[in-house]
Amino acid sequence: MSLPKAKQDATEARLERLNLPEGGWSASARRDALDRVTAMGLPGARDEYWKYTRPDTLNAPEAPPAEALDAHEAPIFGERDRLKVVFVDGVFDAGASDNLAMEGVEIARLAETADIHWAQDIYGKLETRGQTPVQRPHAALNTAFASDGLLIHVTGKAAKPIHINYVHKETQSDAILHHVVKVDAGAELTILESGPAAARFNKVVEADIADTGRLHHVCAQGRDHARRAVTHLFARLGTESAFKSFTLTVNGVLTRNEAVVEFTGDDAVAHIAGACMGDGDFHHDDTVFVTHDAVNCESRQVFKKVLRNGAVGVFQGKILVKAGAQKTDGYQISQSLLLDDDSQFLAKPELEIYADDVACSHGSTSGAIDEDSLFYLCARGVPRGIAEDMMTIAFIAEAVTEIEDEGLREDLVERVEAWLARRRA
Amino acid sequence: MLEIKNLHVKLEEEDKQILKGVDLTVEAGKVHAIMGPNGSGKSTLSYVLSGRDGYEVTEGSATLMGEDILDMEVEERAAAGLFLAFQYPVEIPGVGNMTFLRTAVNAQRKARGQEEMSAAEFLKVIREKAKSLKIDAEMLKRPVNVGFSGGEKKRNEILQMAMLEPKMCILDETDSGLDVDAMKLVADGVNALRDEGRAFLVITHYQRLLDHIKPDVVHIMANGRIIKTGGPELALEVENHGYADLLAEEV
Ligand SMILES: Nc1ncnc2c1ncn2[C@@H]1O[C@H](COP(=O)(O)OP(=O)(O)OP(=O)(O)O)[C@@H](O)[C@H]1O
Ligand SMILES: [Mg+2]
Repeated sequence: MSLPKAKQDATEARLERLNLPEGGWSASARRDALDRVTAMGLPGARDEYWKYTRPDTLNAPEAPPAEALDAHEAPIFGERDRLKVVFVDGVFDAGASDNLAMEGVEIARLAETADIHWAQDIYGKLETRGQTPVQRPHAALNTAFASDGLLIHVTGKAAKPIHINYVHKETQSDAILHHVVKVDAGAELTILESGPAAARFNKVVEADIADTGRLHHVCAQGRDHARRAVTHLFARLGTESAFKSFTLTVNGVLTRNEAVVEFTGDDAVAHIAGACMGDGDFHHDDTVFVTHDAVNCESRQVFKKVLRNGAVGVFQGKILVKAGAQKTDGYQISQSLLLDDDSQFLAKPELEIYADDVACSHGSTSGAIDEDSLFYLCARGVPRGIAEDMMTIAFIAEAVTEIEDEGLREDLVERVEAWLARRRA
Repeated sequence: MLEIKNLHVKLEEEDKQILKGVDLTVEAGKVHAIMGPNGSGKSTLSYVLSGRDGYEVTEGSATLMGEDILDMEVEERAAAGLFLAFQYPVEIPGVGNMTFLRTAVNAQRKARGQEEMSAAEFLKVIREKAKSLKIDAEMLKRPVNVGFSGGEKKRNEILQMAMLEPKMCILDETDSGLDVDAMKLVADGVNALRDEGRAFLVITHYQRLLDHIKPDVVHIMANGRIIKTGGPELALEVENHGYADLLAEEV
């Protein structure tokens, strides 16, 4: 099937600027990925899953300029005991990074050519599985052209979290990073990510979690106003495994975060959550697809968006329960708090169920801060602005609660409080 | 303490007059009670005094210790010493009881130019006061009023009052929904706060509460006005005979 002319042109223009890395062990996966993206083409405004978010600036041959922000703020997670890895505009910064070694984990870099056998079985593989039934061309593009990333093999209980810090310096940087995570049976790791990464950032994480493995993921996308990001998280869960992911986004002119989760073993748990705060030309899109293909698994999708001054929030979330995936417990909630009349929330919740003994629920709401609650707080002497901030923090609480670690929860709430406080100044 | 003169209030959204010339003066150190039939405007009066949206004052005035409160923001009235124990306390998921109350106490202190209370001091004081109201520490950690029983919500209002130490306390049907023991706790909480510099306006339908909190003055409100003012015996009269005679008298 040939692509529409416009799509083909956009795809060719983009691919022309990119060079397939040498690759070594990943070479064939990269070639396959290039074939995939060439065949499906980059997203177009007519595509069903791009109705609410314009893909053109993500597709463009060059990254639209975005000034790096001087945040005047201590970097998040800075107080935590962690193994730190730094990428500046997508380029590994050895000087700023810790030694890539820690008990319970083997860490390598995608850009190193050494043969990493285990990664071969995952790199591009989970991404490929995630291409059906919904195409994700930017993820295939990433697999083909990723310049670097971490290959993390979790063999036991990790001594501390791995913190990947993405620094943005250049106004037109265009970063493509791809991380692969393999969690062995009984192993456990927390991955932290922070920072804006680049003017335009394309990130893929493929996480393969074996039976009884546990992976925690907490991400704080940076504050730069004009930055753009398209990210994909592909997770495959084995029996009795657990995956908890939370993303906080403050600012950014365009963010599309896709999460694709597949249960292949019974009794597993996956929670995908996010909160975002945006102003003005902020556009934030969470697109989630959870496939239950095993018995007695629990999935939660909890997304909260705080939108101000014309900002736009999008949520497209799906729970697919395959035949035989009995006792599935699927929950999905997406809510927006509109701090004025100009902001907009577009939600497309979907359930598709082919098993009869399941409990799935979804809900989506959009509204302003509750006036009765505000009056109650103010009647006790809390100034209105602070009362509004308290209500806003309360609004995102259900999503933040998905983070198990209390210290990390506090780190994120602090960022949100700071964001609100800057708007009161 | 509180002086209300010829207060007329209508709904902002519709042309409906609710308060039709309320005159009421509460002196410092005193307890006044307001009784009156359902829908007579008692809660409306308390809301208008505390600054809730949706009402429009068309005539009259209200001052707290000589200051015009009707022009103040809600939080300014609170900092000036006004407190309303809600007839229906609001549930606020996601906002912790403690955090809320500490923010409120310190915001009021700041507004009055006083030093803020430290976290440790606050904790010590609230634990003591909660204990005397039989509110357990677990409840303080929960979100504001969420999952509280009716009686627990009312006790929580009194706890807030005890922490904020306001000058003018308005209690809107704080007795409704309370069992006999809880009523006693609430009354003890109120009585503990009675002093020269503080006044109470207790809205209630029943004599029971007034057995515990002895009022100095009782007002009867009907159809948006105070139609009769008297001593504690007026409450007993209502308890025994209802409002029919009083209303007939008024016409
Ligand atoms: N926001 C509003 N919208 C419509 N009607 C209102 C509103 N607020 C008050 N009213 C009306 O004003 C009148 C007085 O109400 P209010 O709640 O003050 O009475 P109350 O004396 O407190 O009654 P109760 O003893 O039942 O608590 C009622 O008829 C009520 O329906
Ligand atoms: Mg009432």
